[in-house]
Amino acid sequence: MNPQSSGRGSDSSLRSEFHTKFRLTWAIWFLLAIHAVVVLAGFIAPYSFETQDREHPYAPPTHLHFVDCSGKFHFRPFVYVTKTAENDLNDYQQDCAQLARIEFFPQGDRYTILGMFSSTRHLFGVQAPASLFLMGTDGFGRDQFSRLLYGGQVSLFAGFVAAAFSAIAGLLLGGIAGMYGGRVDDVAMRFAEIFIAVPWFYLLIAVRAFLPLQISPVTAFLLVVAVIGVVGWGRPARLVRGVILSAKERNFVLAARGFGASNAYLLRRHLMPLTFRVLLTQMAVLIPQFILAEVILSFLGLGIGEPFPSWGNMLAQAQQYHVLVSYWWMLLPGLAPVPVFLAYHSLAETLQERIKSNI
Amino acid sequence: MRLRRPFFWCVAALLPLLATAQAIAQEDLLRTTSEPGNHDGKLVIAQRSEPRTFNPVVAVDQNSYGVNARLQADLIHINRATQKTEPALAKSWTVSKDGTVFTLKLRRGVRFSDGQPFDADDVLFSFKVYLDEQVHSSQRDLLIISGKPVKVEKLDASTVRFTFPSPYSAAERVFDGLAILPKHLLEKDYQAGKIAQDWTLNTPPAQIAGLGAFRLKQVVPGERIVLERNPYYWKIDAKGQRLPYLDELTFVVVPTQDAQVIRFQAGDSQIISGLSADNYAALEAEQKARHFKLYDAGPGLEYNFLMFNLNDDIEGRLPEIARKQKWFRDVRFRQAVSAAIDRAGIVRLVYRNRAAALATHVSPGNKAWFNSSIPVPAHSQPHARELLKAAGFSWTADNTLVDSTGQPVEFSIIVTSSNAQRNQIATLVQADLKAVGIAAHVVPIEGRSASDRLLNTHDYEAILMGLVSGDADPTPDMNILESNAQTHLWHLGEKTPATPWEAELDQLMEKQLVTMNYQQRKKIYDRVQEILAQQLPMVYLASPNILVGAQENLGNFHPAIIEQYTFWNAEELFWHPPAGKQ
Repeated sequence: MNPQSSGRGSDSSLRSEFHTKFRLTWAIWFLLAIHAVVVLAGFIAPYSFETQDREHPYAPPTHLHFVDCSGKFHFRPFVYVTKTAENDLNDYQQDCAQLARIEFFPQGDRYTILGMFSSTRHLFGVQAPASLFLMGTDGFGRDQFSRLLYGGQVSLFAGFVAAAFSAIAGLLLGGIAGMYGGRVDDVAMRFAEIFIAVPWFYLLIAVRAFLPLQISPVTAFLLVVAVIGVVGWGRPARLVRGVILSAKERNFVLAARGFGASNAYLLRRHLMPLTFRVLLTQMAVLIPQFILAEVILSFLGLGIGEPFPSWGNMLAQAQQYHVLVSYWWMLLPGLAPVPVFLAYHSLAETLQERIKSNI
Repeated sequence: MRLRRPFFWCVAALLPLLATAQAIAQEDLLRTTSEPGNHDGKLVIAQRSEPRTFNPVVAVDQNSYGVNARLQADLIHINRATQKTEPALAKSWTVSKDGTVFTLKLRRGVRFSDGQPFDADDVLFSFKVYLDEQVHSSQRDLLIISGKPVKVEKLDASTVRFTFPSPYSAAERVFDGLAILPKHLLEKDYQAGKIAQDWTLNTPPAQIAGLGAFRLKQVVPGERIVLERNPYYWKIDAKGQRLPYLDELTFVVVPTQDAQVIRFQAGDSQIISGLSADNYAALEAEQKARHFKLYDAGPGLEYNFLMFNLNDDIEGRLPEIARKQKWFRDVRFRQAVSAAIDRAGIVRLVYRNRAAALATHVSPGNKAWFNSSIPVPAHSQPHARELLKAAGFSWTADNTLVDSTGQPVEFSIIVTSSNAQRNQIATLVQADLKAVGIAAHVVPIEGRSASDRLLNTHDYEAILMGLVSGDADPTPDMNILESNAQTHLWHLGEKTPATPWEAELDQLMEKQLVTMNYQQRKKIYDRVQEILAQQLPMVYLASPNILVGAQENLGNFHPAIIEQYTFWNAEELFWHPPAGKQ
């Protein structure tokens, strides 16, 4: 026994535990923060996602100033009113005579949060005729920053709901298959394999094409989300089945059965709780996958329709040559999913490490 | 001997020239007035897809028209720059006093691109094919006037007489695009009932001949089509040089406009047509550095519009749409929608100010027929609300428009997903309608599905689409405006006019067809435009400018607003030599 090496070992294990805990905390807090921001999009965004400022198509991000045209310093940041040149819509010029200070809690477009709270007060903004476009505008003069926040509602919500669909379906079907075995297991698992093998992308295109025209874009979108979720239940079901198969032979389960516990009771009381950690890890993997699926669908015009934003349909505009070469700020929605994916992957990894260490 | 040798060589050298001069003297050649150029060089033009056929009898797509118009020629041609008719294979013609008989004098000594002579028999054969019901040529409709076909007779080898069943104001223009076919190549297949299958993309180039400026050299399926100079072409320039100037004309397939822009920038193609205003703006800054020039030819003949489903055959089959038709049929509702739409916004945001807002389907680019006394509807939400109120609509507390039964006014607008500009227009229209309480859902769908809903199933509520007139003359509009026309889009299959104003439209369009005097025709057509602006069966929105580009040293490049905007005069195009070599 070498006490020194043992000490180093415990140091490194402590460090590793601290590192895992830090990553987990960071990921959870970051995800909570980003979800809170998109839920509060109406309040944080200075404009509604559909407000068009037709005098400002493809306006670049608004410059925030502390020093005015005459060289005077201002403690409170301000913006200048901008106008396009007569003969060139891309040439935005500042009017030094018209200055607008950034205001906190100004009145603006009406919004609702979670369908419950309605208000017209925003976190910040500027008084008209000035405008505040932190990430520029699109071709209709709609604020990209506001649309990015609202778009997050669609993209993040789509991933979360679809993953929840998959996890619940996987838990039920995988649980039943693992518990009852035999033909039930065979049928459930063959179905799961079929769903895993289905090319979901083509299925979604077909489903979207068959939807009637009369339904609203939001309903159409929810249906698409449901399809993503339903198609994705195969993998969680196989995982759950595996956990149940091994757990049902454990002593405490056998003891409970010996005391006359029914299969349904055993599943609910003893077996399903054992699958929650696995499912949570699986959710952390599935959510970013499904967010990406929504982004891809919207990018291809199969997701939510105008005027509702999503990260995918915002990025879709950058497919056009003139947007790509002239308006760099239109590419920013492409960066939005990156930190979210990193956080989810970090969460999934640390959860998996914890499960392994517990085993 | 010393004196005779140079003399002999001089005569020997002059003989071929004399022979050519004699041959040219025997031909009725057309002398053009464009800038004389030089024989040399190649030109590459990008097309969205390859032509479906080289057979002008059955061609229906623009890509086929574009290539075939270079391979073939017509008797009387519409000059794309002046929009007027001019002699082509017919060197002159006379018209009888009643306007029904056209006697055409054909050019003598003209040869097809395979060297075979052209005469009145080829004209007779061509029109026989076009008029044959079994051939199903799309040109047949043009030659059937009031249900009767045009009569074609040969007076002599270079004179042909066309007798129209009734006076026909657009008779001269009908000849444009009707290619004269080589009887010696196609008669056998025509007799066998196989002419529609001739001249496909797989036909060896040597078996295809025409009277156009170029002849087929090579086809690489899905990639490119190469044409070469027709040595027998019947046009010469002011210096007496035979046209065309270019050795080769290549059409390459580049499926998207963005890809076409990149190929043009790279110099892979030397002409670009149908630029969107956004791409035009993106290219503008690079003109000097990359040695190309962009042209804005002004508003073209395309018109974009929003149209409601007024078909009456959906009752019971599509009850939800039938319920909404009660709104759509009320002219005040259509006028309110028109007043709610910000056309200036469409012109500014979608077309970057390179378009014209429209009151009717006739754009200001059509100078001969545009009715300038009709104002473009002003964008006015108060006026739209007044009209809706008068039509029995009202608003709830949250600004939702409801009809007299309390139903919210909500409908879908289908738009073809591939057309970025129309999708943008739809988004603007959606926002404008929301401002007056109307919930419009924009549904981008694939082009074929949209046309199936529009023409066959009638399963749509409103559609945002665009049409391009093939000619500046009013006659082609009869296909849409007359109530019994095959493409009377807003209400297909009408046996009798459904409304008094449609009956008046029918009368006016029939009347302009037989009115030979331009001033009188213009008056009639002005009235047609007034009715359309008033009744709004289509809510006309905007007509984009024709935006094109070409390498700056391309001579005789004169973009037009009628189709084949850039290479309609391909035979006159030539490359200016580099500055140092001039």
